[in-house]
Amino acid sequence: MSKEVAKERSMIIQKEMMTRLFRDLGNARETGKKVVYTFVPGNISELILSFDMLPVYPEINALQSGMRKKSGGYIRDAEQHGHSEDVCTYVKCDVGMMLNGNIGPTGEKIPSPDLLLLSYTGCFTFLKWFETLERLYPGVPVALLHTPYQEAHKITPEMTAYMVKQLKEEVIPKMEKVSGNKYDEEKLKAILRNSSQVEDYIVKIFDTTKHRPSPIDAYFAGVYYIGPINSGFRGTPEAVDYYAELYKEILTRIDKKLGPITPEGEMEEERFRLVVEGPPNWTHFREFWKLFYDMGAVIVASSYTKVGGVYDMGFRVNPDKPLESLAEYCMNCYTNLNLEQRVELLSKCITDYHADGFLVNSIKSCNSFSAGQLMIMQQLERKLEIPVGFIESDLVDPRYFSYSNIKNRLESFFQMLEQRKMIVTR
Amino acid sequence: MKKYFLGIDLGSTTSKAIIIDDNDRIIGRGITNTRANYTVATEIARLEAIYNARFSLLKMKLEDEIERRPEYKRYIRDIESVFRYIQFKRRLDRLNIQFRDTIDGTFGGEMKENITQYVARIVKEIGPAILDEYLNGNLGQKNQFFRDIVSEKYNHEVNGLAKAYFEPMMLVYDKSISHVENELTEYDFGELIYQSMELLNDKYSGMADVAEEEAGIGFDTELNLLKGNYKQIYDSLKGHISFIANLDIHITNMVGTGYGRALLPFPEKSIRSEILCHAFGAHAVFPGTRTVLDIGGQDTKAIQVDSHGLVTSFYMNDRCAAGCGRYLGYIADEFNISLNELGPLAIEATSEVNICSTCTVFAAAEIRELLNVGQKRSDILAGLHRAIVMRAMSLLARSGGVRNEFTFTGGVARNQAVLKYVSDLVLKNYGSEIKINVHTDSIFMGALGGAMFARRTN
Repeated sequence: MSKEVAKERSMIIQKEMMTRLFRDLGNARETGKKVVYTFVPGNISELILSFDMLPVYPEINALQSGMRKKSGGYIRDAEQHGHSEDVCTYVKCDVGMMLNGNIGPTGEKIPSPDLLLLSYTGCFTFLKWFETLERLYPGVPVALLHTPYQEAHKITPEMTAYMVKQLKEEVIPKMEKVSGNKYDEEKLKAILRNSSQVEDYIVKIFDTTKHRPSPIDAYFAGVYYIGPINSGFRGTPEAVDYYAELYKEILTRIDKKLGPITPEGEMEEERFRLVVEGPPNWTHFREFWKLFYDMGAVIVASSYTKVGGVYDMGFRVNPDKPLESLAEYCMNCYTNLNLEQRVELLSKCITDYHADGFLVNSIKSCNSFSAGQLMIMQQLERKLEIPVGFIESDLVDPRYFSYSNIKNRLESFFQMLEQRKMIVTR
Repeated sequence: MKKYFLGIDLGSTTSKAIIIDDNDRIIGRGITNTRANYTVATEIARLEAIYNARFSLLKMKLEDEIERRPEYKRYIRDIESVFRYIQFKRRLDRLNIQFRDTIDGTFGGEMKENITQYVARIVKEIGPAILDEYLNGNLGQKNQFFRDIVSEKYNHEVNGLAKAYFEPMMLVYDKSISHVENELTEYDFGELIYQSMELLNDKYSGMADVAEEEAGIGFDTELNLLKGNYKQIYDSLKGHISFIANLDIHITNMVGTGYGRALLPFPEKSIRSEILCHAFGAHAVFPGTRTVLDIGGQDTKAIQVDSHGLVTSFYMNDRCAAGCGRYLGYIADEFNISLNELGPLAIEATSEVNICSTCTVFAAAEIRELLNVGQKRSDILAGLHRAIVMRAMSLLARSGGVRNEFTFTGGVARNQAVLKYVSDLVLKNYGSEIKINVHTDSIFMGALGGAMFARRTN
């Protein structure tokens, strides 16, 4: 494996986009731009952008703090502030960051929220998280957008109507009040047209893993690929350009029959193809990734890259029906799917991308992902007769990443896959 | 030359070695407790397996004679026991020297003099008592470790001394035993076996007259046949034994597994995960196996396998030792009894005390409290065993449940109380048609799987 890692153009573009975003946030008070805190799953950034406001995603800040080795201290401070050991570590990291002056990942101060947009999609913790933020920022308005769970396996017209009603009666009036701008549907439609293009690119990009070798890693690199749409660029022309460039680069890799890029260069031999369920660990992200690429394991699909929107089952925003589209987008988020739908989706990924195994990374402090993971795993094992593995870590609490335990289990898992391949070959 | 394959399972508590032939037949077993030094533990287990293989090959060579003449069988069994005693005695002599070094380096004055005297007296008493257990009892068949044999006797003697000497005497023991355990003593098989035969001849000649009068009381047919016959048996076996002692047991390939596998001086392709090895071993012994529960020293594994013995999924405990062998070791210390006594005592229970603690350390506090309120030791132990099994059941459920057949492996499978609760709960939760397999070699399943991989990848 080559140690020389040349940055691709898309990587440079993404870095510039993120730098600009945090600079804009840092200057928000001077420019007079209003700031909306919201969550990644079901993030209706297009609506925020249509009011010329800036979105802030606490999970993104938390994971960035985790990758920059700052989360341990923030979590400790949040625990001292009264949060229990079992509370979601994204929440504690975020609270700790606020208690320490709300300095964001780029070193610039993140402005206080002018509006808390609580788009609730399958995670109960979101409700408690924003209750905490409301106390930390007394007087801040809160807009609640309740997303009905896909309990019956489908989105009914009543569910869409219920959400559109909330958008019209709760969310939009509060946004108008905070921003001082009137709701402009034509502007929202124009933004959604960009979103629709981005969604097409995303589907095409993640579909390239059907090639052998897979040109991308759909988990470890995949979380970078979904960065722009989950951090404020959904619906922007910059996002369209970024994804066009990324797709072009990936097509070149396919032509050259190249494997995925890792932090240590190109993965030369693809030995195992996996589908992974659950978020990654951020505090030891590089070490975690290395455990896979050192073994020649590439992730051909992952559920976490669908956390901010599921597009591979056919959903696209329809600019002609903007509010209905936003509603359906929220209801289609991965954590808002029922467990059978998740099994179906993962099953499709395993089959379509010819995975050799299915692996769960169970997160100690994440309820919305952990609930049902064992059931999902067992159903997939029985349905597809595929080897399955289970490891445990955490989002951003460094105390819960046990390198040797994870390595031990992964070694067993990879040997399982190898053994099975030998038998199948015979 | 015949081909043999070695599997080494370097566990957190014990290290096991298995030698198989090219028909997957187990011909050698070796086991020792894993202390600080993995390399020594590996070597001890490997050498033990080779000694054991020589005895197995001897028995295989003499299969027909053994069938016809039961006294042969008895004679070989007795040699094996005495062989183990001589190994034990050499380590005891080494321990005695270490005791003196430790005392010299730790104490002075009157304390030193008294401790020297006490230790010398203990060693003097231990030696013959243990010889008797090997020669006339069944210690040779028990597979007990050097540390456990000595500590049981040593602790007993120390308890009879004045209280002021308890701490210093235990300090001498703890400081000395690790040195001896971490030293590798290689024996000359031929030399040891001839010494064993001499010792045995003494035993048989000494008992010749007594046995006649005691006939009828615990009459032992094989021993009776040996009584007047041992010289002739000795003469006829000598040649075979000499052949076996000089036989080159050529290990064609080996595979290492277990927690310490990364430390083994084996090439990468010869290192396998213990999950795969345990499953493969269990499936080889019981081909109908679909679910394996392995309770080892520091982890519990629930493994699902397919009809080929290939692992399809597994689940292991991650963050807590409660439910593993070490938990039992800790509990044995709390009760001041040996690990082997735990199960039998728990089986005697008339009722089970409910143990709530899910933590090894807190369970000890709970035990003391229960003893204080007058609960019976056996009832508390029954509750503790049940608590361990409940945790294992939870792991099994998480791994996908129990499928027929169910095979229980690992060192803890030798504990009768654990086995009772596992059987009860598996049948209760997964149906009475589930077949439960436990093999006498259950602790060796990982090493067996390793040896089988070694044969297949050769």
